[in-house]
Amino acid sequence: MLLITCPNCGADCAETELAPGGEAHLERFGPGSTDEDFAGYLFTRKNPKGVHFERWRHAFGCGKWFHAARCTVTLEVFGTYPAQVTEPPAEIVERIRARRPNWEG
Amino acid sequence: MAHRLEKGGRLIDRSQPLGFRFNGRDLEGFEGDTLASALLANDRVLVGRSFKYHRPRGIVASGAEEPNALFGVGAGNRFEPNQRATTTELHAGMEAISQNHWPSLDFDIGAVNAAVASMLPVFSAGFYYKTFMYPRAAWKHVYEPFIRRAAGLGKAPSERDPDSYEHLHAHTDVLVIGGGIAGLAAAREAAASGARVLLVEQTAHWGGRALAEAETRIDGVPAADWATARAAELEADPSVVTRLRTMAAGLYDHGYALLYERVSDHRPGTPGAPRHRLWRVRAKQIVVATGAIERPLTFAGNDTPGVMLAGAVRDYIRLYGVCPGRRAIVYANNDDAYRTALALHEAGAEVVGIVDVRHDAEGALPEMARALQIPIHEGRGIARARGGKRLEGVEIGRLKSGTEIGGAGPAETVDLVAMSGGWSPVVHLYSHCGGKLAWDDTALMFRPHPEAGAPLGPDGEINTRCAGAANGELTSAPCLADARMAGRAAAEAAGFTPGPELPVPAVEEPAEQPVAAHWFTPSRDKYAHGTKHFVDFQNDVTAADVRLAAREGYESVEHTKRYTTLGMATDQGKTSNINGLALLAEALGAPIQKVGTTTFRPPYTPISMGAIAGQAAGPLFKAVRQTPMHGWHAANGADFEPVGDWERPYCYRREGESREAAVRREVLNARGHVGLLDASTLGKIAVKGPDAGVFLDRIYTNMMSTLKPGRCRYGLMCNENGFLFDDGVVVRTGADSFLLHTTSGGSDRVAGHLEEWLQTEWWDLEVYVQNVTDHWAQIAVAGPEARRLIEAAGTDADISADALPFMAFAEGTVAGCPARIFRISFSGELSYEIATPAGHGLALWQALHAAGEAFGAMPYGTEALHVMRAEKGFIMIGDETDGTVTPQDLGLHWAVSKKKDDFLGKRAQSRADLIRPNRKQLVGLSTEDPAEVLPDGAHAVEDIDAPKPMRTIGHVTSSYFSPTLDRSIAMALIERGSERMGETLLFPVGEDKVIRAEVVSPVFYDAAGERQNV
Repeated sequence: MLLITCPNCGADCAETELAPGGEAHLERFGPGSTDEDFAGYLFTRKNPKGVHFERWRHAFGCGKWFHAARCTVTLEVFGTYPAQVTEPPAEIVERIRARRPNWEG
Repeated sequence: MAHRLEKGGRLIDRSQPLGFRFNGRDLEGFEGDTLASALLANDRVLVGRSFKYHRPRGIVASGAEEPNALFGVGAGNRFEPNQRATTTELHAGMEAISQNHWPSLDFDIGAVNAAVASMLPVFSAGFYYKTFMYPRAAWKHVYEPFIRRAAGLGKAPSERDPDSYEHLHAHTDVLVIGGGIAGLAAAREAAASGARVLLVEQTAHWGGRALAEAETRIDGVPAADWATARAAELEADPSVVTRLRTMAAGLYDHGYALLYERVSDHRPGTPGAPRHRLWRVRAKQIVVATGAIERPLTFAGNDTPGVMLAGAVRDYIRLYGVCPGRRAIVYANNDDAYRTALALHEAGAEVVGIVDVRHDAEGALPEMARALQIPIHEGRGIARARGGKRLEGVEIGRLKSGTEIGGAGPAETVDLVAMSGGWSPVVHLYSHCGGKLAWDDTALMFRPHPEAGAPLGPDGEINTRCAGAANGELTSAPCLADARMAGRAAAEAAGFTPGPELPVPAVEEPAEQPVAAHWFTPSRDKYAHGTKHFVDFQNDVTAADVRLAAREGYESVEHTKRYTTLGMATDQGKTSNINGLALLAEALGAPIQKVGTTTFRPPYTPISMGAIAGQAAGPLFKAVRQTPMHGWHAANGADFEPVGDWERPYCYRREGESREAAVRREVLNARGHVGLLDASTLGKIAVKGPDAGVFLDRIYTNMMSTLKPGRCRYGLMCNENGFLFDDGVVVRTGADSFLLHTTSGGSDRVAGHLEEWLQTEWWDLEVYVQNVTDHWAQIAVAGPEARRLIEAAGTDADISADALPFMAFAEGTVAGCPARIFRISFSGELSYEIATPAGHGLALWQALHAAGEAFGAMPYGTEALHVMRAEKGFIMIGDETDGTVTPQDLGLHWAVSKKKDDFLGKRAQSRADLIRPNRKQLVGLSTEDPAEVLPDGAHAVEDIDAPKPMRTIGHVTSSYFSPTLDRSIAMALIERGSERMGETLLFPVGEDKVIRAEVVSPVFYDAAGERQNV
């Protein structure tokens, strides 16, 4: 059972305290978008073997959404950061590169 | 015969005799006995019948790995099947019964299976798949009932469990699993570094195997005394929490462990104590010191009662003062088993010989046996064990090759074989969460191989280490050294600085020669009776089954396991897995490493369902939400139904009244006079902030920002797929504040939906969301007399038609209670919904009833609510919607804004699939026979004569008998429904019955809406 730190309240959360929210940093396509872009936004998700950016909500805690950078193979959590960003912060990317020198993210 | 020795038995207290019953016979044991040792002390060698062949079986092991000795233990409401005798502590008055036999243990009719099996390939690998294929119908009515009766493993208890169970959450720096010398040494080192340590042992005693080993001395004292002394030190150490009778059932990601503590199994019914406690532990570091399990040898008749594991024989002698036989032979491929010969000799049994598959048994232990004049038969094997319900003797032969055994070896009359095929580290827990293993061709074992993968913490670093025998170190000196290192490494990884090294324990122990690979002992007569070589005792899987699987193409160990059922019994193959996969590797001509192991999964040994449930049983099984008026409902005939987490009155039944009659009365009364509904469960979400209007415009399909303060508007919420998922009335309570009503079951989901969009997409908006469902009690007053009733109850708000028109909102008091009054209607009648702070709910409810008496007011329940909304053609989320339905499908175009640039679902609602003309659309249905009520979910077809399976064009979503209209009414989602008005649809509803119904408007009653607008 995963242990993930909520960047909002600082609690080390057991997985059961959290609700998963799928892939992070999706770009929303609304009215006026092409069918292809919209279908991609609705249905196409990354499923990497390795580094993944994902959304979680501290559902049974502070209630805030946040993002986590996690390895889907080893389950290593590289870091967590607030949800109000459109791409992973530089220090998270740096940490991933330090742990996964061959990462092509 | 098995018997109690005059003296000895480290764990028993001979001054405390305990009476118990086995299969109805009164027997006696001692305090400290296990059920297994007590049965052996009474010469109960035959303890059960095997699963498939019903062969007589005896006790094989002394611990958690026991495959045969499973019993129904306890009586009445404390009866529990499949309890291992070897891990069941004896207590006074214990009742135990053997399993798997009929009519009795001594005479079992199912044993005919075995007789048949000696002639035909009955029950061989894949037997079920091959035999019970045809005819198809016979499986259900003939084969399965017969097999279940013949092969059942124990009986389920029939009474409610009287005991309590609990969960306990714990955090620790270092969790040490296993209380043998390795676990004790690791815990000691970790604690010395300053770490908080949790040390658990599955048995009732510290020391593990050391308790039974007389040849090993540590620091100048017997290993058992050393272990006991170290355990006492740790128990006294305030930084160490110790628990006996606590088994680690499973290890999971990031240092999460489940421990199963058997608190009072040995003292059933102890007041105040739970029976079992499930520990949910989060540990920074884990040391797995779970020891090793001895492997049986695979020879003909190796399942005869009296053939036991060598280590177990020593345990019974030294721990319980029980010798399992009088004339014994030891059969081994390693030195360790010689300790058993020494123990048997010491116990006064006649050791007629040691059969060693090796040609050069010259180590220190063999020499000790030789010194006692015990004959050693080198390079030989046991060709066959003879006997039925009890071992009678063995035939010994010279091992020629893997498939041949020589004749003319001595035949010995014995009542005990102590066998040892070597030891396998208990790597189960290590493997549960990613620990990889490697085959050691010298030590003949799978041992942890962290270089290939180890359990990791959230930081990606190793958080679990095996130590001692579990790490493949089977002899005491390297075992202790390994465990001490593991303990220090764990403490360091948990963030502690190791102190100065503790003194290295000095170990004196006979040196051991290497173990020899020997996975199968051939027998002379291949097909004679009693020549089965068992690999998995509990599931009755033989070496021949494994080889057959290999011949039939089952190359993967996972496939062979499922085909033969090897390792799939309740013991999960603890004694059989390695032997089975070694045989498979041999048959495939592949190295063992390549064949690999099957996947280890939790729990290590079965744990009780009670422990898994913990306190969540009975009324605590599920949280139930009740409104402030719940007590009144219960006292007034409410017939409750669950709605989401809520308990709501379905109807209020009067003396002698049926449900149907009550619903009919409630509907007619609300339509004719006035009804009161407890609507408190309705979801209520407050949305505030300068951008609240903008936000709600994006959330709802219709425009909310234009709503005037003091007004209400019905709104629809869609997801990004364009599908409707909640609806309700929105009230603008102020310039920048709104109150959202949601469905009763949907308030949490909707509140979460709002938060998600605010926090993750539109974080630039200043909006605050609060779910206030529980803060307010809400009462619907519906019916022609509604206004007069509220006025009679007393209100300072002007609720006249002019001052408070339909879809308006006012604040004030009603019957002295603070009130928010919404002029909204889900019944189609003149209706007010009055919200009051939850604490006033009951008072207001009672006051309205008191005032309503003069107007004929009655409470009504959810069914009357549903009937009335269906009469009006109002949709219900979950009835008319199922996650694939758009507002347009339901004819709710008027509630979907065309002016707004964007709202959730807008883009999707222009996708090709959502605008195709043949979508299912909401219609009303009028059955030809007005008394006939369509079944909910009934499917419509166009052509009743079409061949099956027929194409259906839609289904009934809501269906009721309308008391108002005195006929049945229904709604349905039908392909191109809006074009079918007046068409008659056919509903085949089973047998040859077909219901005919005409497509009509879904609004059955007061289509103009005049009744609610007065």
